[in-house]
Amino acid sequence: MAGQEMFALDDLARLFNVTVREDAAAGGLTVTAGTQTIVLSAGQSLASVSGRLVSLPAPPVREGRTWYVPVDFVPRALALAVGGKVELRKPSRLILVGDIRVPRIVGRIEPLGNLARLTVDVSPATPHTVTQEGTRLTVRFEADGLDAALPATTSPDFIANVRPGDGPATIAIDLGPRFSSFRTVDTPGDRGTSRLVIDVIAQTTEPQPSPSTPTPTPTPTAPQVPETPPLIDLAPAGTLRAIVIDAGHGGAEEGAKGPGGALEKQVTLSVARRLKAALESRLGLRVILTRDGDTTIGLDERAAVANNNKADLFVSLHANASPRAAISGAQVFYLSLDEYGDAAERAAHTESESLPVFGGGSRDIELILWDMAQARYIKESAALAQSVEASLRQRIPMNARAIQQAPFRVLVGANMPAVLVEMGFITNPGQEKQLQSDEFQNQIVQSLVESITRFRDAHSGSHQAGGR
Amino acid sequence: MIRRMAIGALVVLVVVALIWAIAAIAPRLPVRSQPAAASPATAPAAPGAERRITATLYYVSEDGLSLPGVQREVAFGDSIGEQARRIVEAQLADAPRPYASAVPAGTSLRALFIGERGEAFVDLGGEIRTKHSGGSLAEIFTTYAIVNALTVNLPAITRVQILIDGKEVDTLAGHVDLRHPLQKNLKWTELQTDNDK
Repeated sequence: MAGQEMFALDDLARLFNVTVREDAAAGGLTVTAGTQTIVLSAGQSLASVSGRLVSLPAPPVREGRTWYVPVDFVPRALALAVGGKVELRKPSRLILVGDIRVPRIVGRIEPLGNLARLTVDVSPATPHTVTQEGTRLTVRFEADGLDAALPATTSPDFIANVRPGDGPATIAIDLGPRFSSFRTVDTPGDRGTSRLVIDVIAQTTEPQPSPSTPTPTPTPTAPQVPETPPLIDLAPAGTLRAIVIDAGHGGAEEGAKGPGGALEKQVTLSVARRLKAALESRLGLRVILTRDGDTTIGLDERAAVANNNKADLFVSLHANASPRAAISGAQVFYLSLDEYGDAAERAAHTESESLPVFGGGSRDIELILWDMAQARYIKESAALAQSVEASLRQRIPMNARAIQQAPFRVLVGANMPAVLVEMGFITNPGQEKQLQSDEFQNQIVQSLVESITRFRDAHSGSHQAGGR
Repeated sequence: MIRRMAIGALVVLVVVALIWAIAAIAPRLPVRSQPAAASPATAPAAPGAERRITATLYYVSEDGLSLPGVQREVAFGDSIGEQARRIVEAQLADAPRPYASAVPAGTSLRALFIGERGEAFVDLGGEIRTKHSGGSLAEIFTTYAIVNALTVNLPAITRVQILIDGKEVDTLAGHVDLRHPLQKNLKWTELQTDNDK
């Protein structure tokens, strides 16, 4: 309308729950929001918001029985009157009301010889993960929605399509036939923005820079965005992909109980859910919970969930108990093999056997004594326990017996590095309160994310059946 | 020559007498002869009074961090099976001050068998599970109070398996693997100050 985008005032009144009165005699309009009043005058590019004058790019206009105001009326005048955060995004015709996170996403695709580069500018900078699911990459943002301008593809052999993903804050990148691998890098941009670069790389006859050589770690805090930023290979062979989080006890098995009535099974589930969300969003790992509700699950079944999902790590969460109310502090356990005698020794040294296969030839098959699968991972489990303990110690009180070994039933069948974390003594009244608090639970989650990241970095490329 | 033969005969006689004495006495005192090595055995009381031995039992320390051994008087048992039963009964009873019992109060001993290879099967009442506080450390202490009480005081018992209501069980409260007999474990009896592993 006359070069201006206008909103019907009645629509805004409905959206923002304000009342509009027309003062026909004065040729003006009064918009009331609670105790605040906006006065508009026909023909004037000004509005008075409870006595404070703000300028508008154009005066309000009447057409038939409807009054129209320029779109900037929303952020300049209405936002002041209704209080709270109101943000107008003209290009995408979005009005954001309240404290929701809807980052602006602008992407472009450039062909660069043997790769296609998708550059995504994110404003404001928003944490995100990039994961590969078959022939698709998914970028998940920690946001309530996306205000996305997605590019049309210019390199369909590499990137077939970029489109909104399954969730409200995800982007799906359909990969083209030449896709072989991808790498991503994040760099901070100007004024709280960030840039995500995703390179989709084709298979070459010449080897890529070897993924087994340690990639120099880029400095994410570099003040300037380099023209060709160093790229991290996010998915080299042998890194962590899946992790199983075991919320101890559940259902009929309540576990330990605090003097105030807190139940171990509730604390463990709460932390497990938080940890899952954090690991998925921050490390892009596939996280499987052994239970995501108040259900009774056998100890065998918990290890089986990890084994059947081919998880790379198993972390069992628990809360401790003692007849002594004063005892406190977290403990980290890994399996002790002494109690299992010869069976453990045999399981630890299982060698692969060569078995004939249909059609001739043979194939190496690893025969694992399922019941004792953990025996082969004791060294890695010990390293994981040390990493977890070191991170926990930074944030929460530790017990004098901080790292221990014990013949724990839930650990012995896990065919991957596995630890059991006793987060604190629920029988201690102070710790009972802590264990139920958001802050304490978040500290544990933060410690575990940090230690799992460190464990991943220390073991990347060498993660195999260890302990041999 | 004759003198040397006489000395030889005397030595043989003494050895035979010793063997006879051990063979004759040992079966009557199967238990007392064993814990004597581990702890100073008390002299049997006067005839008519209940005979007792001193045994090492295991309780939770005041700070809750350890499971120290404590010398206690335990009723004398005629056979190793009987003595094992008396020791477990004493271990299930209340703890002496200032210690706390590692086993839930009211836990009963249903039966105790000793296998051919020195494994003791301790069959406890369901209270040990229903009244248990849970928690890894508490469960470790419950388990090893019983395992250590038998293996430390009766060296003939090498391993102990806990049964509940006559059945083999996975765990007491979700942690320690009880599917196999467990051997003595003294690492919980005191807290090492250094690298406590």
